Amino acid sequence: MDGSTRFIGRAGALARATLLNVVRGLVHIVLAYAVNLPLFILGVLSVVLIPLGLGVVLAPAVLVAIRTVTNLQRNLAMDWHGVRIPEPYRPEPADAAGPVGRLKWVLSDPATWRDLLWSLLNVPVALVLGLLAAGLTVYGLEGAFVAWWVALLADYGWGPFWMIGDYGTAGVAGTAVLGVALTALSVPLGGMFLKAHALFAQSLLAPAKHALEERVQRLTETRSETVDASAAELRRIERDLHDGAQARLVALSMNIGLAEEMMKHDPETAQRLLAEAREASGTALTELRDLVRGIHPPVLAERGLDGAVRALALTLPLPVDVHIDLPGRAEAPVESAAYFAVAETLANVVKHSGARRSWIQIEHSRGRLLMIVGDDGTGGADPGAGSGLRGIERRLAAFDGTMAVTSPPGGPTVVTMELPCALSSPKTSPSSGTG
Amino acid sequence: MRVVIAEDLALLRDGLIRLLGAFGFEVVEAVDNGPSLLRALTAHRPDVAVVDVRLPPTFTDEGLKAVLEARKEVPGLPVLVLSQHVEQLYARELLSDSRGGIGYLLKDRVSDVKVFVEAVRRVAGGGTALDPDVVAQLLTRHAREEPLQQLTPREREVLGLMAEGRSNAAIAAKLFVTEKAISKHTNSIFGKLGLPPSEDDNRRVLAVLAYLGA
Repeated sequence: MDGSTRFIGRAGALARATLLNVVRGLVHIVLAYAVNLPLFILGVLSVVLIPLGLGVVLAPAVLVAIRTVTNLQRNLAMDWHGVRIPEPYRPEPADAAGPVGRLKWVLSDPATWRDLLWSLLNVPVALVLGLLAAGLTVYGLEGAFVAWWVALLADYGWGPFWMIGDYGTAGVAGTAVLGVALTALSVPLGGMFLKAHALFAQSLLAPAKHALEERVQRLTETRSETVDASAAELRRIERDLHDGAQARLVALSMNIGLAEEMMKHDPETAQRLLAEAREASGTALTELRDLVRGIHPPVLAERGLDGAVRALALTLPLPVDVHIDLPGRAEAPVESAAYFAVAETLANVVKHSGARRSWIQIEHSRGRLLMIVGDDGTGGADPGAGSGLRGIERRLAAFDGTMAVTSPPGGPTVVTMELPCALSSPKTSPSSGTG
Repeated sequence: MRVVIAEDLALLRDGLIRLLGAFGFEVVEAVDNGPSLLRALTAHRPDVAVVDVRLPPTFTDEGLKAVLEARKEVPGLPVLVLSQHVEQLYARELLSDSRGGIGYLLKDRVSDVKVFVEAVRRVAGGGTALDPDVVAQLLTRHAREEPLQQLTPREREVLGLMAEGRSNAAIAAKLFVTEKAISKHTNSIFGKLGLPPSEDDNRRVLAVLAYLGA
């Protein structure tokens, strides 16, 4: 590549950069006035109209439309200025089907209000920063090119925005030089103003930092707890298999081998050995079954949380009222955590409460699985003291779930557990028959 | 006796075919998934079916669902359900139409061939074969209640065997006593639990299960 092409290439890049600053600055201004401002007004109006009913439908529509625009502006900040602005919105909960559900979802998200604030503040800010970015370039170019023909035209004191006439030829030359210099300077300066606009956008449109930090800390804690717990769980399973089923199968195959040898000359002993072998296989199977139940109960896989909790309730030595209303199934890991949380709570009821009756209520609303286990026992359960309740808390925490215990001395005890989760599509009816 | 088998693991399916064949059953069809099972049950109307709970395509309780569905169409169709685990919940669903002809056993029980075949025959005859694990759970659940507390240990044992679906003769053979002794026990049990006495084995079993809330 020779020098001239390189020069043309660089000049082209410079021309492109100047032009881009103008276009981008103007786009920011146009977006602010033509889109942000009307949507802000519409948004405020729709919120004001909520008590009248109209806003219930209108507000989510407008506020979600605002998100489309702010998302576009987030993308522009990244694509044009390399400023990353993650989306701060909470996911739409599965049960937010109705207009009221959607309204609640949108209004309860702080990002909605920050969007509105942005839509208003961006109007003056985009104007100032966008005009500065575009104006510097335009003004510079104007100085560089206007000087020539204005000077020819007449005895013009001021060229459009440049002092030309007062200084004659010097004015023309000075204006041209200054214009070129300003144009050149406008490339980095305009870029700075545009970047400032992107940073301003980031300050309002990115997720609130405070909440993020908190979340990271919490995730770090729960993750290490979860990792520890699952490692301990795996060790226990390994030990159970090693000392249990595995050892029994070894003994079993030994017995069978021995019986094979005995078959000819001592069929009676052989038969006894085979009977023993069968018994050992039965014990091994029972142990494996118990182990599987502890890892992931088959009935949970087959019937989901609903069926598994009902099946569990049937095996307890005290009457349990079960009320479950779940329109679908949660993800398998969440389902498992929920099941074991309920199972451990019920185990506590059986072991410690001295209750005569117990009840379970499970439902899903506003994106959360709510599980309540109560009993009429002696109360006085303390989550801080027993490792049982602490274990339940840990299980739930891995999925951002929480547990609250009310257990005054004398009872009753009520354990309330919450797990944020979405449910899969409503279960299809199990059969086409009547009933 | 014509039998339909539903089991998705080829090894176990072949084993069941061989086992039942050896005891004079005629296997009219062996299927490996839920939809084929429902079709086979309603098309063949076998004397008895041996069905695994977990079947393709969903690998959940496909087999159980097919059985319940088929029994809606063919009331009292005798079915012995096998599973790697037993649940009172499923036992309850199977017994809910109180028509008998229901078996629900752990797969392990197949290893005791004689007892297993006896259970298949009993179910085919309209009787009940409930796994000892399910019965044990039922009894533990009611153990604290007053009427069950009044039973002697021997009577509780007999009650358990009755709940499994065994006849007086079978219980007597199992406990090495005379049938007459068992009949005395059962009368006493029915008296203490306040159940109407019944000579019919099946009806008697269903009454016991209903009492235990199965």
